[in-house]
Amino acid sequence: MADPLLQVSGIVKRFTGVLALDRVSVDLAPGEVHALVGENGAGKSTLIKVITGVHRPDEGGLRLAGRPADFAGPLDAQRAGIQAVHQEIGLVPALSVARNLLLGREPRRRLGILDLPRMHREASRILGSYGIDVDVRRPLRSLGVGVQQMVALARAVSVDARVVVMDEPTSSLEPREVETLFGVVRRLRDQGISVIYVSHRLDELYRICDGVTVLRDGRVVHQGPLAELDRLRLVALMLGRPVSDVRAEGVTKFSGTHDPARDTPIVEASGLTRRHVLDNVSVAIRPGEVVGLGGLLGAGRTETAKAIAGALPLDGGRVTVAGTTLRRGSAAAAIRAGVALLPEDRKSEGIIATLSVRENIALAALPRLSRGGVVSEARIDRIVETFMRRLRIKAAGPHQRVAELSGGNQQKVLLARWLATEPKILLLDEPTRGIDVGAKAEVQALIDELAEDGLGVLLISADLEELVEGSDRVVVLKDGTVVGELSGGDLTEEGVMTTIAAGTGGETG
Amino acid sequence: MTEQTMPAVTAADAPAGASGRERAFGLIQRHGAAAVLVLLVAIGSFAFERFPTGDNFGNIAITSSFLATVALGMTFVIITGGIDLSVGSVFALGGVLAAYGVRWGSLAALLLPLAVCGAFGLAQGLLIARVRLAPFIVTLAGLLAARGLLLSISHEGAKTYLIPHGALLARVGQGSVFGLGYPVYLTVALFVVGAVVLQRTRFGQCVYAIGGSEDAAELMGVPVTRTKVLVYVLSGLLAGLAGALNAARLSSGVTILGTGMELDVIAAVVIGGTLLTGGAGSVSGTIAGVLLLGVIQNLINQIGDLSSSYQQVVSGAFLAAVVVVQTYLSRVQRLR
Amino acid sequence: MTDMADRTGTAEPAAPASRLDRGRILAWLQDYGVYAAIAALIVINIAITPRFLSVENLRTQLVQVAPVVIVSLGMALVIGTEGVDLSVGSVMALATALIPLYLGYGVVPAVLAALLGGVAVGLVNGSLVAFVGVQPIVATLALFVGGRGIALVVAGGQLKDVYDPDLLNLGSSSLIGIPLPVLVAAVLTVVVMAVVRRTTFGRRLVAIGGNRTASELSGLPVRRILLLVYVVSGLLAATAGVLATARLQASDPSSLGLLMELSAITAVVVGGTPLTGGRVRVLGTVAGALLIQLVRATLIKHDLADSLAQMVQAVIILAAVYAARGAGRR
Repeated sequence: MADPLLQVSGIVKRFTGVLALDRVSVDLAPGEVHALVGENGAGKSTLIKVITGVHRPDEGGLRLAGRPADFAGPLDAQRAGIQAVHQEIGLVPALSVARNLLLGREPRRRLGILDLPRMHREASRILGSYGIDVDVRRPLRSLGVGVQQMVALARAVSVDARVVVMDEPTSSLEPREVETLFGVVRRLRDQGISVIYVSHRLDELYRICDGVTVLRDGRVVHQGPLAELDRLRLVALMLGRPVSDVRAEGVTKFSGTHDPARDTPIVEASGLTRRHVLDNVSVAIRPGEVVGLGGLLGAGRTETAKAIAGALPLDGGRVTVAGTTLRRGSAAAAIRAGVALLPEDRKSEGIIATLSVRENIALAALPRLSRGGVVSEARIDRIVETFMRRLRIKAAGPHQRVAELSGGNQQKVLLARWLATEPKILLLDEPTRGIDVGAKAEVQALIDELAEDGLGVLLISADLEELVEGSDRVVVLKDGTVVGELSGGDLTEEGVMTTIAAGTGGETG
Repeated sequence: MTEQTMPAVTAADAPAGASGRERAFGLIQRHGAAAVLVLLVAIGSFAFERFPTGDNFGNIAITSSFLATVALGMTFVIITGGIDLSVGSVFALGGVLAAYGVRWGSLAALLLPLAVCGAFGLAQGLLIARVRLAPFIVTLAGLLAARGLLLSISHEGAKTYLIPHGALLARVGQGSVFGLGYPVYLTVALFVVGAVVLQRTRFGQCVYAIGGSEDAAELMGVPVTRTKVLVYVLSGLLAGLAGALNAARLSSGVTILGTGMELDVIAAVVIGGTLLTGGAGSVSGTIAGVLLLGVIQNLINQIGDLSSSYQQVVSGAFLAAVVVVQTYLSRVQRLR
Repeated sequence: MTDMADRTGTAEPAAPASRLDRGRILAWLQDYGVYAAIAALIVINIAITPRFLSVENLRTQLVQVAPVVIVSLGMALVIGTEGVDLSVGSVMALATALIPLYLGYGVVPAVLAALLGGVAVGLVNGSLVAFVGVQPIVATLALFVGGRGIALVVAGGQLKDVYDPDLLNLGSSSLIGIPLPVLVAAVLTVVVMAVVRRTTFGRRLVAIGGNRTASELSGLPVRRILLLVYVVSGLLAATAGVLATARLQASDPSSLGLLMELSAITAVVVGGTPLTGGRVRVLGTVAGALLIQLVRATLIKHDLADSLAQMVQAVIILAAVYAARGAGRR
C-alpha cells in the first residue's frame, strides 16, 4: 500500500502475569476502514488502549504519518489526531448537544463570554453535514442512543481526526441509524481518514470494512483484505479452532457421559424478548442435562442467562421452573425457585470484596443457615468446610478476605455460594474464564458431577472446545435470536461455527 | 466529489414523547422554586397586611442576602458533584477576621477575610482534587478547622471585635439605598456575574461537564483538577465575603454565628433545583431557593403566636418534597 | 460512575511491590490507629495530668461520652451500608422534647414516646432512601432541618426543667459502681456487635454496603434492610437523647444534639469503618468516640484552647480518611 497512515509495530504489552499483546503489528492505510475482531480476552481493547494513548506499550511502537508517536496519555493522542468513540459514548448526558459537541472549543466573544447563537449554528452545521437534523439545544440524553453516538463521532472527527477508532458502534442502533453511521464512515474514508472498526457483527464488517485483523490470545492470527476471507474461516479464526481439525478426544475434563432424564424440563424459558438484546429466545433445560449457549460476543448469551435468573427486565416472554411461572424481574423469586446464576463479571456482580471467603459463600443461603434471624455459625462452618474441600478452594482459611484470592479461587467461592442454596438449576456464565488451567479442569469436572447429581446446567463459554465437550446439546444464538440447535453427532466445534456463520441474525441487530 | 445522500436522522428518531416530557421536567427543575415563591408571596400578600410592605421585603432581602452569597459559591461546588460543609464556619471566620482587621482600615478589613477564606478554600480544593479525598470528609474537617481558627483569633470566643460606627465598612454594611441595604445590591451583582460565568463561559461549561460525567469530561479535555480547585476557592471567598459584610451590618464579629448554616445553604441550593448528584442546576434557582426559605420564615413570623421553629419544619418538609420530586424526575429520565 | 476501562479483562494487574508496604502500613493504621492513638493519649495524660486515673475523672469522662457512643453505633451501621444519617442530632432534640410531655403518665411512657419519635424519623429516612431512592445525605438532611423544628414546635420552644425522680435516676444512678448511662452504652455496644456478627440482618447489611449489585443478585431484601438500618439509627439516637436529658435534668430541644452528627461521623471514620461501606468496626467506633473525648478533655484540662481541640479533630479526621484511601483498597 502507499505509505500507511498509522503503523503499529511489534506491540508487546504485559500486565502482571499476563501477556496481553504479543508482538502485534497492524498497518493502516489512509482512508482504510479496518476491522478489528476477536473474542473476549483476545487483546482488542488493550490494543485500542495502546493506540489511543491510555497504555504505553512495553515493547514496539506507533508511527503516525511516518513519524514516531509516543503518547503521554489519551489527550496527547487526541491532539495528534487519534480519536476514539466508545460504546459508553463518552459525552456528558446532561449537557446539550451543542455544548457537548463544542466543549472546550466554544466560539467566544470578548471577556470569554460564549457566543451562544454562533455555537448553536456551528453545531447544527456540523451535524447537518452528517445528515443529522436535531435541535442542538436539547440535552444529549433526551435523544436516542444512535444520535448520541453520532454526536460523539461528529465531535471526534471535528477535532481534526486522522484515525478514528469505533468500538462496537452499532450495538445500540436501530437499522436505520446503522445506515446513517455507514454513510458517515464512508465519508470519513473519502476524506482520507482511517477507521478502526471493532465489532462482532459479521454482516456489518463485510459491508463496510476493507481489511481485517483477527486477534486471538494477544496475537495476530490473520491479517488481510476482508473480501478474501469467507465467513466460516473468519469465525474459525476468531474462535481459534482450525476448521478441519476435529479432536477425537478432548483436552477438557468433561467425561461427556451424563444421561439427562428424558422427562419434562425443569426450566423452560420461552419467547424471551428485550429490545435491542433478545428476540424471542426459547431454551429448555432438563434435570441432569448440560445445555450450552453458543454464539459470538454480543449474541445475547449472558442476557439469556440473566433473564432466566430474573436479573434482566424483559419486554416479553416468560420463565417456568418446575411448572411454576416465575415473577419477572425478581432475582429473589428465581433464587427461591431454585435458580442460581454465576455471573460473567465476578468483580462487580459477584464478589463482595470487603468480606471474607466464608461470608461470601454463606451470602445467598443465609435464610437456610440461620434460625430466627440469628446466624448459625456451626451450620455455616459445615457448609463452608464442605465446599472449600469439594471445590478445593485455596485460601489461607475461611476468614481470608476474598479480594486476596486468585481469580480461579474467587470463581470457586462464587460457585460455592450458589451451590449452598441447593439449586435445581445452575446458570454458568463463563465459569472458567480468567482462571488457571488446574482450576479450570476442576471446575469442568465439577460441572459433570453436578449434572450427574441431577442438576440442570446452562453453560456459556467462549472456549468452543469446552462448550462442545461439556454440553449435551448447544443452542446457538446470533444477534439475539436462536439460529440453531446441535446435539449428538452434530455437536462439533465445526458444526457450531458453521451455524454461527450461516445463521441469519435477528432484526434487533 | 459526489455527496452521497444519506438517510437523514431527525429529532423524530428520538423516543416518542421524550422531547415534550423532557422539556416539562426541565422546566419544573429549573423554575419550580421560583413558581412556588411567587405563589407564596401572593398568598402572603393576601393573608397578612404587613407582609407586602417595602420595609418587610427590604428586611427579607437583607437577611437573605448573606445566605444567598454563600449559596452562590455552594451552587458551583454542588454542580461539580461535590459539597462544602465548611461554609458556615468560614462565614463566621470571615466575620471575625473583618472585625479584627478593621484596625488597619476598612480595606484591610475586607481583604483579610477574603485572603484567609480564599486560602482555606484552596487547601480544601487541593485535598479534594489532587489528593482525591472525599469532599464530604475534607470539608467536614474544614468546618472544624475553621471554627478552631476563629476561636483562637477571638481568644476562645471571649473577645468580640467591634467595628466602629464611623468605619467605611460599617457604613457599607448598614447603609441602604431605596430601602434596600448595600449588601443586597452587592449580592444581586454577584449573582448576575455568577449566572453569566456559569452559563456563558467555558469555565461554567467545564463545571457542568465535571458534574455530569467526570470521566467523560476528563477525556474531552476538560481541566478537571484546576476547575475543581477553583470552585472550592470560590466557595471560600464568597463565604468569607458574606461573613465580613454580615459583621459590618452587626458592627461586630460574632463567633457563634454560622453553626448549621451550611445545611441551610445546601437546602436552599437543592430546593432551587440543583441536583446534589451534580451536573445540573442554576444560579437563578439558588436565589429562588434562598428567597423561598426567607419568605417562609417571614410568613411564619407574621403569624405571630406561632413559634419560629415551624419555619424549620416547613423548610425540612419542603426539602424532602423537592428531593423526592427530583429523584423521581431523574429516575424517569434515566430509564429509556 | 462510568468506568470506561475494560471491565472484563482476564487478569487484574497486581499492585507493584513497592507500594505493598505503604499500603499495609496504611491499612494497619486504619484498623488499629485509633487504639494506638488512645493508648498514646492515655500515657501522655498519666504523665502530665494530675488525678487522671482517678475514679472521679474516669467516671466523668465515660458519662460524658456515653451518648456519643450510642449515636455513633447507629451511625456506624448506616455508614456500613454506604449511607449516612445527618438527622441524629435532631432526633435527640425530638426525644428531649417529647419526654416532658408524657412524664405525667410515668417515666416508662415518656421514654417510650421519645424512642418512638426516633423510630418515626428513622422510618421516614429509610423510606426515602430505600423506596424512593433518594441519596442518604439529602434525605437525612431534610430530617435534620425538619426534625429539630418539629422538636421545637412540640416543646413549645422552651427549655424545661425535668423533675421526675425516676428519670433523674436514669441519669445519675449507678449499678455496681458503673453509672447507668455508661452501662447502657456498654450493653448497646455488645448488642450491636452481636447484631453485626451473628444475625442475618447484620451480615446482609454489610454485604449491601460492600457490593449492592451482588447482594441484589444474591436475593437479599435490600430495601427492607436499608429501611431497618435507618430505623435503628433513629432509635439509638433517641436513646442517647433520653440519657442526655436525664443527666442534664432539663429538656432543651434547641441545643441538645447540636453538631452530634459531626462527632458521630468522626468517631466512625476514625474508628476504621470505611465511608464506602462493606465493613463495620463496632469496637473501633467506640474507640473513635473515646479518642475524641480524650482529646478534648486533655486540652481542656490543660487550659488549652477549645480552638486547638477543633483543629486537632480536623487533622485526625483527615489522617483517618487518608489512611483509609491509601490502604490498598481502591
